[in-house]
Amino acid sequence: MTELLEAFNTFTHTEIGAIIWLIIRIFAIMVPVLLGVAYLIYAERKVLAAMQLRMGPNVVGPFGLFQPFADALKLMGKETIIPTGANKLIFMAAPMLTFFLSLVSWAVIPFSDKLVLADVNVGILYLFAVSSLAVYGIIMAGWASNSKYAFLGGLRSAAQMVSYEVSIGLVIINVLLLAGSLNLSDIVRGQTNMWYAIPLFPMFIVFFISGLAETNRAPFDLPEGESELVGGFNVEYSSMSFALFFLGEYANMILMSAMTVILFLGGWLAPFNWQSPFEWLAPLWGILWFTGKICFMLFMFLWVRATLPRYRYDQLMRLGWKVFLPFSLLYVIGVAGYLVYTGNFPKVGV
Amino acid sequence: MSMFHSVKRFLLIDIIKGMALTLSYMFRRRVTINYPFEKGPIGPRFRGEHALRRYPNGEERCIACKLCEAICPAQAITIEAEPREDGSRRTTRYDIDMIKCIYCGLCQEACPVDAIVEGPNFEYATLTREELYYNKDKLLANGDRWEPEIAANLAKEAPYR
Repeated sequence: MTELLEAFNTFTHTEIGAIIWLIIRIFAIMVPVLLGVAYLIYAERKVLAAMQLRMGPNVVGPFGLFQPFADALKLMGKETIIPTGANKLIFMAAPMLTFFLSLVSWAVIPFSDKLVLADVNVGILYLFAVSSLAVYGIIMAGWASNSKYAFLGGLRSAAQMVSYEVSIGLVIINVLLLAGSLNLSDIVRGQTNMWYAIPLFPMFIVFFISGLAETNRAPFDLPEGESELVGGFNVEYSSMSFALFFLGEYANMILMSAMTVILFLGGWLAPFNWQSPFEWLAPLWGILWFTGKICFMLFMFLWVRATLPRYRYDQLMRLGWKVFLPFSLLYVIGVAGYLVYTGNFPKVGV
Repeated sequence: MSMFHSVKRFLLIDIIKGMALTLSYMFRRRVTINYPFEKGPIGPRFRGEHALRRYPNGEERCIACKLCEAICPAQAITIEAEPREDGSRRTTRYDIDMIKCIYCGLCQEACPVDAIVEGPNFEYATLTREELYYNKDKLLANGDRWEPEIAANLAKEAPYR
């Protein structure tokens, strides 16, 4: 056993070995995320159906469990249509960019203690930057389609995501002040005694609602707006290019949930520092709690979608700029003031 | 907007109420009928696919009086008739264009011998239009297939006719 481990260690320290090991680790994150996306779509259909007293998918496989794969196969079999007048290069690049950006953020997400692909010290900044870039995919799609609906959808989405990123940024500052670190693992470790959702409860709600807006989910799904914009920025897309947008949107949902869990719900930590009751479960304990909390947040996403009607555009902007922005700014001042008063303000430049 | 309303809105009271309602619905009984496996109840007057009936001895009921053809508002029925070898009056042709038919049930109301009836079957969608031009053989076959159900329905309706 130890020999095997040693051989493995020397292998991963050779140049090619390191790359292969890295690729294996990347796949170990990507495959579960994509599976998660597939079953999130299934779960969404089932939860929405249940809340509307319907059945949901129940024909393909037991309880309809193979439905996502049937849908994916169907989409792959479709023809990719590029509208005349569309800018072909940007038109094709937009879904790829959206999908790429929704996966690339997972590099810094800590799944458990020490279980993270890139434990960078500016993890939260990286996450924030990448999630802000997601708007480009949508703008590019909206512009390159050369269609009114897509264009309006793209514009709405740009305005919406930019507005809500401001309040998300301020909410994150609250967490950073408490944690005193930009490293996601350190932020989670800072919550060992108390999850930040408790002292920052209003910010937790603001973050969740802004997350809904950031991922273009109901009740803020104006960029898609089926009833007025047909399908918004992705009207002109078909086949795999549509599938990439779809996967990207759901992967972003999972990412936003993971962010919420890390910032507010204590990441991989079990509540009350509850230790694993079985020894064999101990290595999986953190991942189990992390995924469990993500599932809870995702359920919240679906639950909100089943409940609330879509906001009007001016209401959306009013909520972002006139309610969330001043409220989160006030809260930052309050938290900072409290930390300075108690002498817990994080030191700069250590 | 009053102070009370502002506070209520700020605390998301109404939204939380709504969410509680949808959550409670999640655990209620589903109302969907899982169609190809489950079917809704059908009344004895249900007007579905047509059928020509026979007497218990196998003789066809239709006497070619052409009342159904005459009353049909969509003119979907075409009948030709001539005396059979034994002298009885029978149809040589009895066609229903199921695409023209409006399922009003007047043909079965008009029939003096309960020969043409609309049975309980509603699952006869076809891939081609031609398959819905029913002829006498098809209608008699329908009658043979659905006779138990048709007879039961007619018996249930008898007091009201």
